[in-house]
Amino acid sequence: MLTPEEWTAVALSLKVAFWATFWSLPLAVLTAWVLARASFPGKGLLDGLVYLPLVLPKVVVGYLLLLTLGARGFIGQYLDAWFGIKLIFTTAGATVAAAVVSFPLTVNAIRLALEAVDRGLETAARTLGASRLDVFFSVTLPLMLPGILSGALLAIASALGEFGATITFVSNVEGQTRTIPLAIYSATHVPDGDAMALRLTLVSVVLALGSLLLAGLVDRRIRRMIGRA
Amino acid sequence: MIEIDIRLARAGGFALECGFAVPGSGVTALFGRSGAGKTTVIQAVAGVVRPDAGRIAVKGEVFFDSARGIDVPIEARRTGYVFQDARLFPHLSVESNLRYGERRSRAVERPVRFEAVVELLGIGPLLTRRPHTLSGGERQRVAIGRALLAQPRLLLMDEPLAALDEARKAEILPYLERLRDETRLPILYVSHSIDEVLRLADTLVALREGRQVAAGPVAQVMSQPAMLPVLGRFDLGTLLECVVSRHDPAYALSSLAFAGGELRVPQVARAVGEKVRARVRARDVAIARTRPEDVSVSNLLPAVVEEVRLREGPYADIMLRVGEARLASMVTRESVERLALSPGLVVWAMIKSVAVDSRNPEFTEPPQRHGA
Repeated sequence: MLTPEEWTAVALSLKVAFWATFWSLPLAVLTAWVLARASFPGKGLLDGLVYLPLVLPKVVVGYLLLLTLGARGFIGQYLDAWFGIKLIFTTAGATVAAAVVSFPLTVNAIRLALEAVDRGLETAARTLGASRLDVFFSVTLPLMLPGILSGALLAIASALGEFGATITFVSNVEGQTRTIPLAIYSATHVPDGDAMALRLTLVSVVLALGSLLLAGLVDRRIRRMIGRA
Repeated sequence: MIEIDIRLARAGGFALECGFAVPGSGVTALFGRSGAGKTTVIQAVAGVVRPDAGRIAVKGEVFFDSARGIDVPIEARRTGYVFQDARLFPHLSVESNLRYGERRSRAVERPVRFEAVVELLGIGPLLTRRPHTLSGGERQRVAIGRALLAQPRLLLMDEPLAALDEARKAEILPYLERLRDETRLPILYVSHSIDEVLRLADTLVALREGRQVAAGPVAQVMSQPAMLPVLGRFDLGTLLECVVSRHDPAYALSSLAFAGGELRVPQVARAVGEKVRARVRARDVAIARTRPEDVSVSNLLPAVVEEVRLREGPYADIMLRVGEARLASMVTRESVERLALSPGLVVWAMIKSVAVDSRNPEFTEPPQRHGA
């Protein structure tokens, strides 16, 4: 049905989307918590920075990544020199690009869930002898779970569709950075590529639809579990 | 001993200032209208609200002392807080809710046992349920159990019945009475319902607009004129500690002996010799100069006028002494003039109605008003 080249793109896409979400999720929970609960000077700036990738052209995001994390970027050069981590032209780089672009969506979903948590329940937990950290893990986090999962699924969906930042930052290398969107883009540039583009488009639609259905299913399950049905 | 002496001011003009020391056992009611600052007091005890200045100590354990810079964190205070809205954790089963505090409690000398609490509150059949499937009354019972199992130093109850309808209140009250009688935990009980206070409390602290109006044993505080603005004119009254002296099945009446004589009330479901509380509202006490003969009122007691206090408007407050007891009465100023009521005058007190509040844990009906 799919050619080996197409399978490579699909597998790479799933891999990049999974790891991008996996690594950004804890940071997204932390950021959401800080934005929803903490108050400190410069919070407005952090708020803006977090949501910036959402409104910037993705090409600009990719170029900024290149400037900072690229081989001669002011962080990138040390990543290479000290840890041997190369992001340019690699799957790791594509993962970073996908994570950065999907981050604001994830944070937003989690933040909404956190703001919906009844703080009275947290107070009740503390009167029962739980420390702040204990309360977070035993009450706040479980109650945020629907938001975290929908945030995660949003992140996966948006990572699957990432194009601009990826192609600008890590280019279009088959097997390394050529995810489904990049493969479709390449296919439209070669003669007889139409069939390939069409097949990958179909795969994209199936993946997107699948993750939406999954999100709805999981959400209903969890709401029933935590008694919000 | 529970010692509280706190001051705090809020943006918006609300200020709280109260100081009282109450016994380290029994039920202390914090009574007043909404906005009086009752809840703020127990929030300060729990550590949820931080006073601007003052001191809070429970059984010698200092929770807060602004002078010494002490402010024990909420979780280290071990106060069992029962919220008006129960606040059960929606993601946990009833049993996990109950165990939440128990699991986090430190070793105490005589721990409250899980089975004992389940039995006391009758929540055995609910253990596997989820909070959202419970009725309001069931939820509140689970919340009380959860607080008890956290092995608290004292219980703080914030209008635990306010969100419930009358039937649910009547369902919970007997459990609260058992709690009072069977555990030795001191309870601070916030309420704006005088009926609840009279039924449950031993000690009463009355608050009005952030100020403490009165504090002391319930019977003593209830008849103080200072309570007028808190209770409202029509609820001021006297609480009489009585003993059931005999039953009269032929008429279905009971006699209650108190320090000033005897009251006849409709038969109470209590054995002779048991203690009950009778509440006589000031407006239900009429005064006659001579012994009235042809009246239906069966509680007719010789009394001496102790104090006459004229109020603005039509009414006057009269304090009567009946034997060793005092009895508050409310009559019109016109009657005061007509009868020439003044301290020292010997009169007859006619008690039109007596409310008997059951203090018996097995007694499951709500308090009843008896015409007498």
